[in-house]
Amino acid sequence: MSGLELFALPFMQRALLAALFTGLAAPAVGTYLVQRRLALMGDGLGHVAVTGVALGLLTGTSPTWTAVVVAVLGAILIEVIRERGHTNGDVALALLFYGGLAGGVLLTGLADQSAASLQTYLFGSITTISATDVLVTMGLAAVVIAIAVGLSPQLFAVAQDQEFARVAGLNVRAYNLLVAVLAAVSVTVAMRTVGLLLVSALMVVPVATTQQVTRSFRSTLGASMVLGTLASVGGLVIAAFVERVAPGPTIVLLSLAGFVVTWPLGIWLRHRQRLRAPFPADDPVADIEHHSTGEHPHEHGDACGHIAVAHGDHVDYVHDGHRHAEHGKHYDEH
Amino acid sequence: MTDTALPVRLVDGAVAIGGRPILRGIDLTVGSGEFVALMGANGSGKSTLVRALTGLRPLAAGELHLFGTPFDDFAAWQRIGFVPQRTSASSGVPASVWEVVASGRLTRRRLLRPLSRSDRRAIHDALRVVGLDDRARDGVSHLSGGQQQRVLIARALAGEPDLFFLDEPTAGVDLPNQHALADALRQLKGRGATIVLVAHELGPLAPLVDRAVVMRDGRVAYDGPPLADHEVHHPDFGEPHTHHHHATPAAQHDHAPDVAAPLEGPR
Repeated sequence: MSGLELFALPFMQRALLAALFTGLAAPAVGTYLVQRRLALMGDGLGHVAVTGVALGLLTGTSPTWTAVVVAVLGAILIEVIRERGHTNGDVALALLFYGGLAGGVLLTGLADQSAASLQTYLFGSITTISATDVLVTMGLAAVVIAIAVGLSPQLFAVAQDQEFARVAGLNVRAYNLLVAVLAAVSVTVAMRTVGLLLVSALMVVPVATTQQVTRSFRSTLGASMVLGTLASVGGLVIAAFVERVAPGPTIVLLSLAGFVVTWPLGIWLRHRQRLRAPFPADDPVADIEHHSTGEHPHEHGDACGHIAVAHGDHVDYVHDGHRHAEHGKHYDEH
Repeated sequence: MTDTALPVRLVDGAVAIGGRPILRGIDLTVGSGEFVALMGANGSGKSTLVRALTGLRPLAAGELHLFGTPFDDFAAWQRIGFVPQRTSASSGVPASVWEVVASGRLTRRRLLRPLSRSDRRAIHDALRVVGLDDRARDGVSHLSGGQQQRVLIARALAGEPDLFFLDEPTAGVDLPNQHALADALRQLKGRGATIVLVAHELGPLAPLVDRAVVMRDGRVAYDGPPLADHEVHHPDFGEPHTHHHHATPAAQHDHAPDVAAPLEGPR
């Protein structure tokens, strides 16, 4: 089948739309989760949503909506435990992880459903998504994106420093709950695309990738949304052309590949940054003794190959573990 | 509410943490334009007091007025600048110095509005006061600890408040950065800001202090003219001829009990 024919198929168009919106929404929320060092929250909520899906299978209602409701309740519970308790967020997450997964598997058994029907939610089945489900996915994702981008100054401040945000008059509890609910909603949005067990990857991996190269929050948020979209749409297209390859894992592996490619770049950038960071200008050692280098083999300059580092009002050249600063016709050891 | 109202007035304030009384019978007023240093040993309650004054810790008893308004009705948060006790300004995601300082402007911004020209001017001004205007685009995690502390002060400054609370801004900061901090606070003081500063040791900030309040075991033990760092820990606050370091007789203890089960709150 040629590419054009494939993209003309209605189920493929639905899948592409779902992938596009999921890819934008999941990293947008994921950025705030990573910022608050709650990268695994999406995973915890994914496990809780399993119970929601099973509840839908048991009662014969739409698993998407029961998953949204249960995941939102789980998110609120995590926030309450985090706020009221002395325990760290990770303990609260662990408690829900296991409860959610066990509850889901138990309820699916009670509902007399096969493991296969639960599996479509655990690992995603984007190509079987119905028209209604696409509309729900798009609607929920649009709300998530609008809030995550529109309220970014407030959400950034709260995630950066809760105490400061509270004294600045922000309702910290409301914003924390908002992020938790957004995370729960985007988990269920991504449920059909990559599946509940892989949801967190789409929320976290693009953020981890972009922060290898970014220096500001705004560029991290924007670039991870772009990367998330590329991964989810790209993964879907790859899976469509290659036989026996499922879209869900392809999307996640593609986004992980992005991280693997960017990681060395990040290491190199940080290394370079460290080497070129200015030496402290008031370094008292420099004032103690005037040491000049002996006969110097060449003149330091832009093209000499030695790293130039700012040091107060002049430049030091890093030369075999020494710092050479120009002084008249010779170089001083700094 | 008038501008002549006292920035801080706490009468018979008490704070309990986890049911244990920590601060008892605190009377504290801070006049407009005053520079007050809250001092004391670790666990004496000086940080708890600042947290109570900013509303981060609820008062178990007593009355708190900020700028003449009872605390429960207080909503003029743009008049308050807070520098929390932190060693780092970085979080899980990169953020630029500009972005962190800009978040201090939220007290004056409305929802869903971009930064106005006066917002940008205030952020630039705050960065200039702490001497970091050339680092605005840098990632905050690339800065040294002392510079990050200055970023946090610039963040409080960006909201153009009248009253500053600083919780141990000099802790773990090297001497050159302490001097840069002192310069920034001197400029604030010159603009007529009221400053309440928690400090273990004053160092280069000492010449700025108008009044020292020394906490001991959750009570105000001294309230008066500034003291030298070594006098604070004396039982008799540095009477002449007793200028020697004595071991503090009371053992240091942490008041806050540690609770480990999920729903057992500290409150």
